Amino acid sequence: MQIQQQTQQADSIDLMINMGPQHPSTHGVFRLVIWVDGEKIVRSEPHIGYLHRGSEKLCEGEQYSQIITLFDRLDYVANLNCELAICMAVEKLMGVQPPERAEYIRVILCELNRIASHMLFYGVYGLDAGAMTPILYGFRERERVQALFESVTGARMMHNYIRVGGVNEDIPDDFGARMNTLLDQLERGVEECDELLSQNEMFLARTKGIGAISAEEAIDLGVTGPALRACGVAEDVRTSEPYSIYDRFDFGVPVGTYGDCWDRYYVRIEEMRQSLGIVRQAVAQLPEGEIAASVRRIARPPKGEVYLRTESPRGDFGVFLVSDGSDKPYRVKVRAPSFCNLQALQAMLRDAYVADAVIILGSIDIILGEVDR
Amino acid sequence: MIGFIEGLVVTLKTALRKPVTDEYPEPEKRRQVEPRYMGFPALLWDYDVPEPYCTGCMVCVRACPTQCMSAQMTDNPKYADEQSRRRKIIESFEINLGRCILCGICVDVCNFDAIEMSHEHELSKYERNGNRVDLGQLMDMGRKFQGDTGWSPSNPAKNSGVPVAKGSRRAAPRRAGAGSAVGSDAPS
Repeated sequence: MQIQQQTQQADSIDLMINMGPQHPSTHGVFRLVIWVDGEKIVRSEPHIGYLHRGSEKLCEGEQYSQIITLFDRLDYVANLNCELAICMAVEKLMGVQPPERAEYIRVILCELNRIASHMLFYGVYGLDAGAMTPILYGFRERERVQALFESVTGARMMHNYIRVGGVNEDIPDDFGARMNTLLDQLERGVEECDELLSQNEMFLARTKGIGAISAEEAIDLGVTGPALRACGVAEDVRTSEPYSIYDRFDFGVPVGTYGDCWDRYYVRIEEMRQSLGIVRQAVAQLPEGEIAASVRRIARPPKGEVYLRTESPRGDFGVFLVSDGSDKPYRVKVRAPSFCNLQALQAMLRDAYVADAVIILGSIDIILGEVDR
Repeated sequence: MIGFIEGLVVTLKTALRKPVTDEYPEPEKRRQVEPRYMGFPALLWDYDVPEPYCTGCMVCVRACPTQCMSAQMTDNPKYADEQSRRRKIIESFEINLGRCILCGICVDVCNFDAIEMSHEHELSKYERNGNRVDLGQLMDMGRKFQGDTGWSPSNPAKNSGVPVAKGSRRAAPRRAGAGSAVGSDAPS
């Protein structure tokens, strides 16, 4: 941490502290400059762009099938949710309806990916709060989901599995049996994780009432996902504007009350339970049939533009796609939830103590691959 | 204060439990990869002829998102001797495995069952260019993969190199082509 003293006003001295970009608790390469007066944060300024790879521009030079690999690398903790977004955007533009079975496989895998993503959040949030144990439990559960992904998609992280018009391969024969064991294990795992950390005295002291923002402020700042739901707004794209086949499942949208760090944390724990319910329903309803609609391998969507919203583990993940009728898109714009949620960081850090900066940043659950793109 | 004691109880409860992690250094203790695991791409060997399945058509080279491959095609001498059905054969093939992102697009686009994602994933090398593998190394990877997994081509009628009898030469590939999966049309 680099410390530099500077005089802001004549009568008081604010201390400027650079948190990051190499600080481990920024979950990537994110730089936060904070000015402190004693222990209080006076002002803060986030700096992004350290992981900028130009993904949106790169998309313009790639065919639609190749873009999926770039979207895998946007939110590298929830790859399948990003893949789903771009594939559905292209499908919407082409007017292709994927077969039922493909839709179910997508939903099962995306919800499992949501659990895996929240499990990582759970682990690192424990670390942010100073608890070493949760990361081991979070990763144990995440590893189980990834092992299943490996058996279905062939990769643990960068799957390239969801395709325009369906999915790449049908699920393996032992999928049902593995899924039953996995769901039971995950259910126990979520309960265990909840029991381990949520009501812990020290964890409550670190998170309750810290970094609170009101619902109005959150909406004004464009916050979405668990961070918005923690403020008490039951907004979820899966229910408010159902895409894919989410309207067929019975699940709740967990909301918080105070919009503080603990609410943001606990909304995610509850969301894992809801996701498990969705996966159980989807596995029970999984129909037989085709896994991919008939789409030319080199997809050429008609001229036009499309915007598509999905609910990624971090919030409202939108893809804006302009096609000029060729095999490559004219423009791709990603509305990354991490980036938009980061707008609320300054509001959350207002009048906070410097020791809480890490835990407030952690509670937004940013993924820098998505912030910088 | 109660929180501290609760935490210690968890520690004591889990202290004697069997560890959930697998050890890596010893090969027999490692977790095995899944059958579908996508490791680095490898070229497959047609034991019936014997020659590679690859004809050097460059579809995978063009479809690769990272341009990590290059290939060269040549006339197949075995075709002239009527030992093989393949007119063209791969002459040289190089993959820079350091650039490969293991997406499996090359396998999807291949019309000849010639390339497959092997189970190789440990490729630390001592040389700077050690991960630029040539045709021979890719073939070795492929043969190892074929031996380990009992791989068989997805479309043997079309892609086997065994010469067909004179009368049915044209019939066999056409039938196979009509029955191939949806979406496997050759790129324009």
